[in-house]
Amino acid sequence: MKIREVADIVQGVVLSADDMLDHEVEFAFASDLMSDVLTIPTEKLVLITGLSNIQTVRTAEMADVQCVVVVRNKKVTNEMVELANENHIVIIECSSSMFKTSGLLYQNGIKPIY
Amino acid sequence: MQLEYSIEGGDFSHAGFASSQVKRVLKQLNVDPKLIKRVVVCLYEAEVNVVAHAYSGIIHVLINTNEIVMKLADKGPGIPDISLAMQKGYSTASDKVREMGFGAGMGLPNIQHNADDFKISSNVGEGTNLEITIKL
Repeated sequence: MKIREVADIVQGVVLSADDMLDHEVEFAFASDLMSDVLTIPTEKLVLITGLSNIQTVRTAEMADVQCVVVVRNKKVTNEMVELANENHIVIIECSSSMFKTSGLLYQNGIKPIY
Repeated sequence: MQLEYSIEGGDFSHAGFASSQVKRVLKQLNVDPKLIKRVVVCLYEAEVNVVAHAYSGIIHVLINTNEIVMKLADKGPGIPDISLAMQKGYSTASDKVREMGFGAGMGLPNIQHNADDFKISSNVGEGTNLEITIKL
């Protein structure tokens, strides 16, 4: 699935790295714990998280995550957007819960990693 | 090639800066992306640990043709029981660290998992030293 479809499905707002919207993603992982995200070797991964701070973007950068969906209406800071643009990471802000967001993406074919 | 960075304890806004710089260098050197990920995950976890627990630290990264060696030396409270600190789920992190998405006792085990060789030593009241090696 293309990242732009992820944004449509979760009815989210794309805040960074527009140039990456046609990149494909296949899996998703939902967590507020960045240490857990750093244990995942999977590629083409969407991170669904309610943690909205600079370390969310740093973690995505280190873990090669190209798309982060920030749920529960948490606000993304300008500093996060700037860092995400530098690293070609798409941040999508969305007002749904983590459960609903995960369910919608699963229903549309995004796979769990385990 | 040798790289050096300093880390300030408690400065979460810059945690990960050194790991980010190392990632850029390794990309420029056309290192396999899977190896880059292992290197930067180790370094980032270690960097966050210094920010979370120590007063200051220095990172030395040595890149040569067959391996990457990362040495982190911090000035801080040290670790009284290293075997306990290496257990998954054990953490002494503050609430502030947990708010940043860390402090779940996953960092050191994750470094060990990703490294080809991992050495840790610590003196209570002085600081902690890590040496992480990843073979190319």
